[in-house]
Amino acid sequence: MKRKITLHINAKPHTDEVEPRLLLIHYLREVVGLTGPHIGCETSICGACTVVLDGKAVKSCTMFAVQADGRQVTTIEGLAANGKLDAMQEAFWNEHALQCGFCTPGMILSAKQLLADNPHPSDAEIRHGLEGNLCRCTGYQHIVNAVRTAAGKAEA
Amino acid sequence: MATDRYLAADAADLVEVDYEPLAAVADPEKALAAGAPAVHPQWPDNIAFTFHQEGGDTEGAFRDAEVVVRQRITSQRLIPTAMETRGVVAEWRAGERSLTLYSSTQIPHLLRTLLAGILGMPENHLRVITPEVGGGFGSKLNVYAEEALAAFVAMRINHPVKWIESRRENFQATIHGRGHVDYFELAAKRDGTMLGLKLKLIQDLGAYHQLLTPAIPTLSVLMMPGLYNFPNISADIVGVFTNCVPTDAYRGAGRPEATHGIERMVDILAAELQMDPAAIRLKNFVPANAFPYATATGLSYDSGNYAAPLKQALDAVEYPKLREEQKRARAAGRLMGIGISTYGEICAIGPSPATPAGGWESATVKIEPTGKVTVMTGASPHGQGEETTFAQIAADELGVDIDDVLVVHGDTAVVQYGIGTFGSRGTAIGGTALYYALQDLKAKVKKFGAMLLDTQKVTLAGGTCTDEVSGKSVSFAEIAGAAYRALKLPPDTEPGLVATRFWEPPNFTFPFGAHIVVSEVDRDTGAIEIRRYIAVDDCGKIINPLIVAGQVHGGVAQGLGQALWEQAVYDDSGQLLTGELTDYAVPKAHLMPWIESSHTETPSPVNPLGVKGVGEAGTIGCSPAVVNSVVDALAPLGVRHIDMPLTPEKIWNAIQQGGRA
Repeated sequence: MKRKITLHINAKPHTDEVEPRLLLIHYLREVVGLTGPHIGCETSICGACTVVLDGKAVKSCTMFAVQADGRQVTTIEGLAANGKLDAMQEAFWNEHALQCGFCTPGMILSAKQLLADNPHPSDAEIRHGLEGNLCRCTGYQHIVNAVRTAAGKAEA
Repeated sequence: MATDRYLAADAADLVEVDYEPLAAVADPEKALAAGAPAVHPQWPDNIAFTFHQEGGDTEGAFRDAEVVVRQRITSQRLIPTAMETRGVVAEWRAGERSLTLYSSTQIPHLLRTLLAGILGMPENHLRVITPEVGGGFGSKLNVYAEEALAAFVAMRINHPVKWIESRRENFQATIHGRGHVDYFELAAKRDGTMLGLKLKLIQDLGAYHQLLTPAIPTLSVLMMPGLYNFPNISADIVGVFTNCVPTDAYRGAGRPEATHGIERMVDILAAELQMDPAAIRLKNFVPANAFPYATATGLSYDSGNYAAPLKQALDAVEYPKLREEQKRARAAGRLMGIGISTYGEICAIGPSPATPAGGWESATVKIEPTGKVTVMTGASPHGQGEETTFAQIAADELGVDIDDVLVVHGDTAVVQYGIGTFGSRGTAIGGTALYYALQDLKAKVKKFGAMLLDTQKVTLAGGTCTDEVSGKSVSFAEIAGAAYRALKLPPDTEPGLVATRFWEPPNFTFPFGAHIVVSEVDRDTGAIEIRRYIAVDDCGKIINPLIVAGQVHGGVAQGLGQALWEQAVYDDSGQLLTGELTDYAVPKAHLMPWIESSHTETPSPVNPLGVKGVGEAGTIGCSPAVVNSVVDALAPLGVRHIDMPLTPEKIWNAIQQGGRA
């Protein structure tokens, strides 16, 4: 039995009839057409599917679309405005914090969450804040640099 | 087939399969034992092949030896784990009888050629497109059944077909890497001079041969001398079938195993002779004046100064002071270790005779009528940054702005035939093909420039072509326009500005380096702390330092993964126990040390760019540095060797046993 849901995604309302078992990540990618959030594991380990739900970074592979009914969702597509990258995107670009780019949308949203919770993190706090997002390419070092740069902290 | 994956899963649930379990064997040494279950009944001993390689007089070296050390060393089976699983979309256009296949692959052109054979289709009716690929590390250097199946089904039902691999499927159907059991014997004199090396290499092949499965251990054998002046080498490979996923190329592909073995053996010899591990390496390196150097395994090392990165790394850690600190730590009962690995690798794979499908690479450069530059490369990058590096090469050679260069790859309908990105070959071979195409075009641009300026000698720089005598100039865009408008042509010159080159390398390249790991082991828990990680890598000339740093960091992360955490585990019935990311431990941000990366630059004479390749260096240099460090930490307890991964449980057990010994 399909259910009608309305989500506010990147500040735009989307109303669709979906099966209750439809995962949020599949709703975003297959129904809404936002392919920025990626599917890397479906066990909420890798974090590639990270989106922001009512101001909190969550893994969209382990919640149902119906659970997001009536709520605000931000995906990576919602960050850049008027052709200008978000500060975290800019920092990832400048610091070469991505290689294949598959983890990057989730990584950037988690990094933004991390700075929202702790605007001046140490390197160790940055690393712990990104524990839930796997990157197989970078060894994380340039990602740490990018988050530190975005936090406005000069390199020691 | 279904219209969405939920329906497809529902339908699959309705299928009941009645399996009759057969006896299985998941361990290559058990598979060799008498009476082991046969993976394929037609090969009852489970041996797929044997391979022998010999150089010099190994038996003589062992006869003359004053000391021989022996060790069984494993390089455990790993799961490559590109963050993007594989995926295929196949679209059949019945009217045109053409098939477009999107696939997450490292080798679009080879895939197209092989698919044409599999599908019985004319190759020119097939188009393979590899949009941004989410990591490969060798796991997508293959042609997989699903690529052919999706194509076949799309043709059959006359409808586009999409297949996306789940992570569980990825762990069970995409190739694995490593899977070595190595028996090393090293012969030396008491002064530390190494005389000969013997290896019996048992390669876990898995159940079938994928594209390169049997070739991988032969790379190990080629590189087993490492950086050392070994005149005598003997190696025997036994390729063994097991009821496991096939092994194939995973970052380093044979070289991490070789490097881990030789670098462990050098440390074991140093311990036996009570020599310093840095000193024994410096004593045995191929000297800097010996290049090109012919190895006992038949290779010709192109260039090197092996002592340079080691000395730089030793300086970085203030080695003598660090050893003093270690003495004090040991006196205080702490388990502090210093581990050195000096690695060599074989890159820019490779000359065509050494590869199964052509070892060259191609580039086309088009200067468009507006002066914009389009580069089409047969190398198909998937995170290595060739889009940037190649744009740099083109901008530097043509004297144009880097933003005016677009690098296109991964579409067989757009790009001329190419081989792909793997084996640290992208820039060394693909970049060189590009370099030569640029030389052709540069000469032609200058001809048009000289014609427009009515002069003989011109220079290209800053987006303009300048008459060296009068100083008058014409813009790059004006020249491009004139070359296509073709109102007037220089003598013996055709209109247009397009050049294609296919470059066949005359040799491999041989990067090298030194990694030092300072570690501390918790005596009570077996936990390992990596206090410092120094990486000094010589990958020849560096074109983009930031990209090279990224490759080193990522490589080290995968090396650390092998050294400390990762292992594909099967039970005795052949069931993969590490079947999801919940059970397979890839490195996370908070587990990684800060990598202190620097370089020495010894240009390669093999190509005009002087580059060697860096994609796999970090992985190859890393694991022996980590294990040497931890074994050094535990040496006072009598520990001589521990196999990877160095889990706290394994370390704790070693401490307990060492303590009793």
